[in-house]
Amino acid sequence: METEILARIQFAFTIGFHYIYPPMSIGLGLILVIMEGMYVKTGNMIYEQMTRFWIRIFALIYGIGVATGIIMEFEFGTNWATYSKYVGDIFGSALAAEGIFAFALESIFLGVLLFGWNRVSARVHLFSTLMVFLGSAFSAVWIVVANSWQQTPAGFHIVGEGLNARAEVTNFWTMVFNPSSMERLTHVWIGAILAGAFLVLSVNAYYIRKRKFLEIAIPAFKISLVVATIFSIAQLFAGSVSAEGVAVNQPAKLATLEGHYDSSAVADMYLFGWVDQKKEKVAGIKIPAGLSFLVHKNFNAPVTGLHAFAKDDRPQQVNAVFQFYHIMIAIGISLIALTLFACYRWRKGTLFETKWLMTIFVWSVVLPQIANETGWFAAEMGRQPWVVYGLLRTSNALSKTVSANQIIFSLVLFTLVYIILFILFIYLLDKKIKHGPQSYGEKDVIAEGSRGENPLLNHS
Amino acid sequence: METLLGLSYNVWWFLVFGAVISGYAILDGFDLGAGALHLFLKKENSRRIALNAIGPVWDGNEVWLVIAGGVLFAGFPVAYAAIFSAFYVPFMIFLVGLIWRAVAIEFRSKEPGISWRFTWDVVYCFSSIVIALSLGLMLGNVALGIPLNAQHEFAGDWLSFFNPFSIMIAVTTLALFMMHGAIYLTMKTEHRLFIKLNILSKNFTIFFLVTLGLSTLYTLLYIPHLSDRIRSNPTYFALPLIMFLAIANIPRQLKKSKFRYAFLSSAITIAALLATVALEVFPNLLFATNDAKNSITVDNAASSLKTMKILLMIAAIGTPLVATYTTFVFWTFKGKTKLDEMSY
Ligand code: HDD
Ligand code: HEM
Ligand code: HEM
Repeated sequence: METEILARIQFAFTIGFHYIYPPMSIGLGLILVIMEGMYVKTGNMIYEQMTRFWIRIFALIYGIGVATGIIMEFEFGTNWATYSKYVGDIFGSALAAEGIFAFALESIFLGVLLFGWNRVSARVHLFSTLMVFLGSAFSAVWIVVANSWQQTPAGFHIVGEGLNARAEVTNFWTMVFNPSSMERLTHVWIGAILAGAFLVLSVNAYYIRKRKFLEIAIPAFKISLVVATIFSIAQLFAGSVSAEGVAVNQPAKLATLEGHYDSSAVADMYLFGWVDQKKEKVAGIKIPAGLSFLVHKNFNAPVTGLHAFAKDDRPQQVNAVFQFYHIMIAIGISLIALTLFACYRWRKGTLFETKWLMTIFVWSVVLPQIANETGWFAAEMGRQPWVVYGLLRTSNALSKTVSANQIIFSLVLFTLVYIILFILFIYLLDKKIKHGPQSYGEKDVIAEGSRGENPLLNHS
Repeated sequence: METLLGLSYNVWWFLVFGAVISGYAILDGFDLGAGALHLFLKKENSRRIALNAIGPVWDGNEVWLVIAGGVLFAGFPVAYAAIFSAFYVPFMIFLVGLIWRAVAIEFRSKEPGISWRFTWDVVYCFSSIVIALSLGLMLGNVALGIPLNAQHEFAGDWLSFFNPFSIMIAVTTLALFMMHGAIYLTMKTEHRLFIKLNILSKNFTIFFLVTLGLSTLYTLLYIPHLSDRIRSNPTYFALPLIMFLAIANIPRQLKKSKFRYAFLSSAITIAALLATVALEVFPNLLFATNDAKNSITVDNAASSLKTMKILLMIAAIGTPLVATYTTFVFWTFKGKTKLDEMSY
């Protein structure tokens, strides 16, 4: 039991940390393609400087994304050995495809993106940027497919019994297009694009507030505002498709998301609330019978509640899942309101004069991040106690040979490393932003390079 | 069992795995080696050139590790589960090494301060050394085998990983990478730095020869079963012979200043060395030292036939793609490394 909790905490912590970076890379990748595309099309130096500046930031984010991702790939084997054997036949092919198709594309073209500015033509560079973006978007595909398979398994059969049971593929495409994979992928992609778009919005709002680099900040802000508006609205639709999918495939999760216990009652949809797990009641602001309508398109139909499942077969942390889910939705709605209002001010021509609005945009960068994290937490905790839904329990998925002490050792190690990493990341990001998009001329670099008057460094 | 060109699908996948591991060792090997010798370069400018020589490619090289992980997970899930849960502690140290190394490369250039850069130089160098040593340590233990129970789970104490043989393999791996990295950097540099690296290449070649000699001797004397297969069939002698010729060719090409050929030879050395280990271990992926029938083999660890076929398809489509992009990038950055505005 103790090792189980520790292993779960470790997994949640390391993947939660990893997931700060990839969405920003994916979203920023799209914006870079747009910026550089404008540069190649118009030849305008403003776009060139903008692109170069964001490539530097991209490199920083990407670096940490890769470093923390490699941990994840091996953590299945280190901490979840039984699970790895159980799902290897299925999951492994997705992971192998990911490495070969996505990561290779991304990492290899990254070299050209970062260092190729003076080596290849503008078009070839743009092509490399596009490849890096596609690579990062594909990275999401396979891993989300694998995760969706464990949420809604399909295209497999079980071979062997007891300790040796495992799932084997019977139909590859049914496995890939399992019932939840496409809708979840769409939702994850849009979430990632929002994370990137709001990063760009935030930094440029900061410049606009400070009245710095305006000739670059304003067009960059406009580009990302368009992206953010379109995808904020799209996310509402993608999210409701996901919710309808959950209702069909994982009714226990759906009931947990809204804290709905009684199967014979119509179900409400909450804007905010608190689940009293003892009394099995929710208090909050709600749309009466909203969930019934979402699921059955009928305000009077009852919805399957948590009581329909044995206590051991349903999630225990109902309130936590409920809160995570509702934080995500509240953020989704706020993003729509914020971007639409900004577009309205833009049309009226007063957007960049509205200081308070710019201040909100400076801080808005955390919103998609929080929504992405809480969304995953709701999806993953709402699937408990199953690792593979309905087939393999989390408590049976552990590595039997790994002791609690070993997990504590690695957990402490990762916590320390990640705290330092995060501080450094914020520090460097802040410096880059303060430095701004003006060019780092050749002179600067050489001056930086030769400033090493330290005797330790200068005598060979 | 269904076969393809006379070999079972499982054996094919074992070959794919071997190829990917060799690809990883050859590619990441040179940038790890460059990292391990980083502190031998004393001037700020030399260090920057050395970093930028691997700058555009190191991340792509590391992807081979990710692919290897996926290949093992997909084709031999039982081995994936056993190996990573058994090598928990050394593997976590390896992973933390990878994190720090990536971060050091990325962060070093972001601040001009001397102590900032010096700190990251040290982190970069030590993490590269730790990574090379822990890879070698795990390779040594895989070659030796570890105790496994009937469910193919590790049944020993992790402190036993630090046995003399594995420690020797660890040091040999480090030496091999340092030689490989030094040759790569020699190829990419000019002027005084080039002269310095040229000398370093020769020294690390000697270092590698000494460690390789010692560990070969140790193997032949104390772990004779690790050369059973080669002694059983003279045609297998081809492998050590290729390795020997490749190694002998390195100093020769260095003397002639044909660095590309020297680099190619050290790459062949790495591949031949791994192939020799694979030949001795096969058909085991992980030999059980306590009871041979608990060993993890290419057959009892394999995924289903259907998955194997899918995997070979993925590999057949993916490999030419990866080879094309890799060539494109190495070609774009060919020639001597020059610093510019976008450099580290
Ligand atoms: C392909 C597999 C996969 C993917 C893409 C993700 N996860 Fe996951 N997650 C697992 C596979 C998994 C797992 C290995 O199956 C775990 C370990 C224990 C468990 O129950 O499921 C898990 C557990 C798990 C838990 C612990 C739940 C609990 O113990 O109650 C959290 C909070 C997350 N994950 C969060 C995330 C986040 C933030 C992700 C976004 C990047 C994410 N997961 C992607
Ligand atoms: C447990 C699940 C996950 C595993 C095992 C995993 C594995 C990895 C690995 C090994 C890398 C490094 C690749 C390299 O060397 O280039 C990586 C990076 C990356 N991962 Fe993950 N990952 C997981 C979850 C996710 C999710 C959910 C997403 C996206 C939605 C994602 C997107 C990416 C991206 C885009 C990168 C490139 C680095 C970056 O852009 O920051 N990963 N991941
Ligand atoms: C606007 C209203 C939204 C609705 C109705 C919605 C709905 C949902 C639902 C039902 C799930 C669970 C899916 C499952 O368990 O399979 C989910 C998960 C998730 N949500 Fe949302 N969401 C919304 C907004 C957002 C926003 C704005 C973001 C991020 C910017 C976001 C990011 C995520 C992520 C990353 C997940 C986990 C991945 C997944 O399971 O698909 N969501 N969302």
